[in-house]
Amino acid sequence: MRVEQISIFLENKAGRLAEVTGILSRARVNIRALALADTSDFGVLRLIVDDHQKAESALKAGGFTVSKTRVVAVEVSDRPGGLHHILELLDRSGINVEYMYAFVQQSGDNAVMIFRFDQTDAAIQALQADGLRVIDGDRLYTM
Amino acid sequence: MIYDVEYETMPREALEAIQLRRLKATLERAYATVPFYRASFSAAGLAPRDIQCLGDLKTLPFTTKQDLRDNYPFGMFAVPMDTVVRIHASSGTTGQPTVVGYTARDVNTWATLMARSLVAGGATANDIIHNAYGYGLFTGGLGVHYGAEKLGASVIPVSGGNTKRQIVIMRDFKPTIITATPSYTLHLAEVAEEMGVSFRKLSFKYGIFGAEPWSENMRQEIERKLNITAVDIYGLSEVIGPGVAIECHEAKKGLHIFEDHFIAEIIDPATGEVLPYGQTGELVFTSLTKEAFPVIRYRTRDITSLNPEPCICGRTHVRMNRVSGRSDDMLIIRGVNVFPSQIESVLMETAEVAPHYQLVVDREENLDTLTVRVEVGEKLFSDEVRHLQDLERKISKNIKEMLGVSAKVTLVEPHSIQRSEGKAVRVIDKRQI
Repeated sequence: MRVEQISIFLENKAGRLAEVTGILSRARVNIRALALADTSDFGVLRLIVDDHQKAESALKAGGFTVSKTRVVAVEVSDRPGGLHHILELLDRSGINVEYMYAFVQQSGDNAVMIFRFDQTDAAIQALQADGLRVIDGDRLYTM
Repeated sequence: MIYDVEYETMPREALEAIQLRRLKATLERAYATVPFYRASFSAAGLAPRDIQCLGDLKTLPFTTKQDLRDNYPFGMFAVPMDTVVRIHASSGTTGQPTVVGYTARDVNTWATLMARSLVAGGATANDIIHNAYGYGLFTGGLGVHYGAEKLGASVIPVSGGNTKRQIVIMRDFKPTIITATPSYTLHLAEVAEEMGVSFRKLSFKYGIFGAEPWSENMRQEIERKLNITAVDIYGLSEVIGPGVAIECHEAKKGLHIFEDHFIAEIIDPATGEVLPYGQTGELVFTSLTKEAFPVIRYRTRDITSLNPEPCICGRTHVRMNRVSGRSDDMLIIRGVNVFPSQIESVLMETAEVAPHYQLVVDREENLDTLTVRVEVGEKLFSDEVRHLQDLERKISKNIKEMLGVSAKVTLVEPHSIQRSEGKAVRVIDKRQI
């Protein structure tokens, strides 16, 4: 149930994001999802890609600080209350969401959300016990 | 082992008696033969006879690098040129070079001090010394060379550069001691690795490193990569060259200053006041035996402290701690003295790594501002913005607590701080004063 996300440190400077996408494009890495968290000085770019190893080494070679984080991809039913159900469930289980963002592609009729939890394994267990689908990395990267 | 047991382990009282006798003779000669010293003593209303005990030394004026430059090239020499047998000069990268001279006796003194240093660093007459300090106007190469010959060791005068050939020599000649700058040593290790030569398996046992500032972390890295014991050596051409102070391999905790030849003082770089043992300030030297180029209260600009505690090696000479910075790097921010090395210590303690950093000083509405730019490498990076902001706040808080100045901390990308000849540019002072 692992999904590897790469995170990149970026200064808030013109052209830095284009630098990253340029490196990934030249390395023929496909971006599947992305989210940017930023402050006035810097930001953290989070990416799900089809080949995280290739992306990591290309970005490091380009001089970026890169780290990998284990995140969880969850199918969310595409109707009112779909996401709310998941958040409530996690809240009851005492699991915190550090951040989350949407995956571009749908899984069948369902939306896909990427979550970073403070307790990854416990979160996966709670979600699966409730009958929710957690998508494995290998499937997600090529979905 | 100790090369010169009598002098290196002399009881303090006897040592101080020798220092006073030699100091008086040095002052007499400098005053009589070097117009600069006669003028500087006179300006302070002093003559050599006013110095009656070691404590009186602090009344004499300082000598600075600028004084040496003003007397370029030979104005500070205390002997006629026909008795000078050697001339060295500093590189002059920060201005006009400074030129120093040696009589035959000076060359012999220097060789003896270097022999002492090599032995303190682990060498014996049976060792083969790979000397990768540069030979030439720079004192490093020839200083080690003469000391090694004085000791009776075998010296390979390989000098700097031609790195691949050095690796072949190391593999084939099997030297047991390496003398080089720490940064060049790490470069040698990298090249050896590329050539498929295992540095750990070479014959080295000890290494004596200096001529540039280096850290305890670098020592550990060198010791691990070369499988040796590494010590720090200190010197500067104005005082004599390498061999002014050396760390003993037994303790590896501070460098013994050869006090029978030099008097060391620590001063507050801003006021010139002499500081007691243990306090950090600028290191000042007075030579006691040099003929051609005596120096009196020469300000080294190096920042360190002195430790008088007895050492396990048996030497009685005071130890200087690792040089932590240069007083010409000193910034005065809203009236507070700040050395980049102090910021570095705060970063080390807060982040547990030594990141590249840069201090940017500016003045906004007549108030100094300090921004500390810190490169975010893998060890500092967190995927969560909150953690990075916490890190900024923590560094800023610790700087305020430890140094008493407010600083804004900005995290920047790796390699965004400009480097000059491989060294990061530590300070940018934009103040228009």
